[in-house]
Amino acid sequence: MAGHGDGATRRDFLYIALGGMGAVGGLAAAWPFVSQMNPSKDVLALSSIEVDISGIEVGQSIKASWRGKPVFIRHRTPEEVAEARAVPLDDLPDPQPDQERVKAGRDEWLIMVGVCTHFGCIPLGQQGEYGGWFCPCHGSHYDTSGRIRKGPAPRNLDVPHYEFLDDNTVKIG
Amino acid sequence: MALFQGNNPIVKWVEYRLPIFSFIDAHLIDYPAPKNLNYWYNFGSIAGIMLVLQIVTGVVLAMHYTPHADLAFDSVEHIMRDVNYGWLLRYMHANGASFFFIAVYIHLFRGLYYGSYKSPRELLWWMGIIILLLMMASAFMGYVLPWGQMSFWGATVITNLFSALPWIGEPIVTWLWGGFAVDNPTLNRFYSLHYLLPFVIFGVVFLHLWALHHRKSNNPLGIDIKGPQDTIPFHPYYTVKDVLGLAVFGILFSLVLFFAPNALGEVDNYIKADPLVTPEHIVPEWYFLPFYAILRAIPHKLLGVIAMFGSILVLFILPWLDTSRVRSATFRPVYKLLFWVFVVDCIVLGYIGANPPQGAFLIWGRICTAIYFLFFIPVLPLVGWFERPKPLPTSIAEAVLAKSGGGMPEGAAAAPEGRG
Amino acid sequence: MTRIRTLLAATAVLATLTTAARAAETIELKQMDWPQAGPFGTFDRASLQRGFQVYREVCSACHSLQYVAFRHLEGIGLLEEQVKALSAEFEVTDGPDESGDMFQRPGKPSDYLPQPFENKQQAQAANNGAYPPDLSLIVKSRKGHENYVYSLMIGYGTPPAGTTLRAGMNYNAYFTGHQIAMPPPLTEGGVEYADGTAASVDQMAYDVTNFLAWAAEPTLESRKATGVKVVLFLLVFAGLAYAVKRKVWADVH
Repeated sequence: MAGHGDGATRRDFLYIALGGMGAVGGLAAAWPFVSQMNPSKDVLALSSIEVDISGIEVGQSIKASWRGKPVFIRHRTPEEVAEARAVPLDDLPDPQPDQERVKAGRDEWLIMVGVCTHFGCIPLGQQGEYGGWFCPCHGSHYDTSGRIRKGPAPRNLDVPHYEFLDDNTVKIG
Repeated sequence: MALFQGNNPIVKWVEYRLPIFSFIDAHLIDYPAPKNLNYWYNFGSIAGIMLVLQIVTGVVLAMHYTPHADLAFDSVEHIMRDVNYGWLLRYMHANGASFFFIAVYIHLFRGLYYGSYKSPRELLWWMGIIILLLMMASAFMGYVLPWGQMSFWGATVITNLFSALPWIGEPIVTWLWGGFAVDNPTLNRFYSLHYLLPFVIFGVVFLHLWALHHRKSNNPLGIDIKGPQDTIPFHPYYTVKDVLGLAVFGILFSLVLFFAPNALGEVDNYIKADPLVTPEHIVPEWYFLPFYAILRAIPHKLLGVIAMFGSILVLFILPWLDTSRVRSATFRPVYKLLFWVFVVDCIVLGYIGANPPQGAFLIWGRICTAIYFLFFIPVLPLVGWFERPKPLPTSIAEAVLAKSGGGMPEGAAAAPEGRG
Repeated sequence: MTRIRTLLAATAVLATLTTAARAAETIELKQMDWPQAGPFGTFDRASLQRGFQVYREVCSACHSLQYVAFRHLEGIGLLEEQVKALSAEFEVTDGPDESGDMFQRPGKPSDYLPQPFENKQQAQAANNGAYPPDLSLIVKSRKGHENYVYSLMIGYGTPPAGTTLRAGMNYNAYFTGHQIAMPPPLTEGGVEYADGTAASVDQMAYDVTNFLAWAAEPTLESRKATGVKVVLFLLVFAGLAYAVKRKVWADVH
């Protein structure tokens, strides 16, 4: 019968519409429960820091705290920069030219996350066989560009996103 | 109408090891329910969903809350201001508690009206009262956690009640506090227990539903299911009706949650707890007010405490207090009137509980407390013996058919059913 | 019939009780229209910014606003750069430094508004034993909410004949007991509004109340907007659910 057919499809439509709305509503309702685990606004407010670098002399480093981790900010000497640029890329376990790890025009400033890429210890500055950093936990050696040269660490020290707001201030993160 | 047929090999594999599909079929799909359940019967499933909502919102709030007297209030403001959707989760949890109680109270009164506590459902009723008691303990401790003025002073007043017990009273109160007043140790242990109890409630709900499914639901006529002609499968009839009821309940909940989220609360709880300053009026949350009124109606400390707990414990003996052989108030004109008097009495007690125990409030508080207890003893047993009930219909099926305009004439009566 | 009788009985009882309640002195607060009131209410950002100026120039001398950080002030309509500039105008305590001492530095958006006193005892000592409460939640923590705060601000005046003020107290028509330790904080023209609005006492009271309402609940607008969407969704959903229910139940009815 024609009426029966219509009734069946209209009923199905209602069921599908209800089920569909329920699914959409359910997902919308579930979102806040997922989102609440993302960093809260006070944590996000500290997700970038501005550091005054005017006091750091040539050959000096400071350590800043960013997102709970140490960041090395080093004012390199011209010799350190030259040394880093003289290294053939084939010698590097994680090949990367020094130019890629700094900002053009401010090559003397090396900014890196001070966490060893092996198991997360903090490397010691101006030590090791390559004039850079040395991690005492498992003996990784980093050069004057913070690149891994010898030891178990798989990657160069991470360079965070940063920008120079002016000659004296750098914003990290 | 079984949803999961035995053809699917995966279903068969699982079924052989853990018969979950046939379990779902038997209890949620094919489960026979009386065909005449009205919308008052929605509140059980609504209460169940509110329990799940409280647990889910509670667990995520616990990710951001700090249970220390110096930090608790601040952590709640952190949730309200900085946590993504924190304001929503907090208001859902606070108002969710209120709506959980609204659903449970309606569910309870429905049981009183239709005689759902009578044989063979006494243990089902007992599980329900135990759930109510656990809910009250949970809600009481949860309210302490924000560590506002009302949190602190409500905790102080209620825990102090236990000192009314002779000899063991004071040591028990010190033991509860973990110190010489409500302080950080109290807050920490309340947090632990507040997290635990809802899962205990979950377990008792399982027993509650097991008892329900063993003897099947009561119904508005209060007469037994005689056969399949009296029942319909839970799915799709009651699944669809429960979704509708939940949606309407959700609208009411949303109106309060989004447009009046502090209407059911106390302004004083937005002030950090101060042990040296007592608020003008110490008031518990609305769902405790009738019991608070009963407590304060009795001028003796210990007897007041006994009366307060007694007002809930009396529910345990209700199946034996009510001597009527007819279940549903539909056929009990005297009991029906007294039921409504009882409902009004509870509401008035609630209003009294919100006000200081002086003058007219005190007098009416005492009158209403007396009415409350008299309803159970001796009125209910006497009414059961002396009331003449209206004639019961022969069966649920007949009554449903008659209502929809067919079947036997309404005059067809049956004898009231004896204890099963 | 019996239900009607019981309802009448209930109303009679409640009537006697409500008259008993009204016997105690309840102070009628001044009722105002608040822009953020009602289901569709939103904040008046111009008023919020003026109110912040009043807080900063008058109230912050004694009252902290501990839950508000500079970054939150984007909520009163300030842009990110304005917030950065504003926070730098404030001196904030930081430290300890390498010598173990605390020091002052210009504020950053992530800092919280500096507090006038280091602790409650210091606040009380500076105010004749009275503690100026933190204002972050004042609107939510008082009955009457905005009306209470506004009434308090404009409620100062000469006490009626025959009233003796206790030492150090001021008369206020809207404070419980009518004697308050706080001296009248607002004076005509006391603040020169950045947007040029005339700074009458009424205007400043209105603006600072709006600001404090925002401070107590910065997520208010988000809450109401979400509420509208949720309720509309549920209304449609419930309508659909009703149609489905009727269809499914057609053979039983």
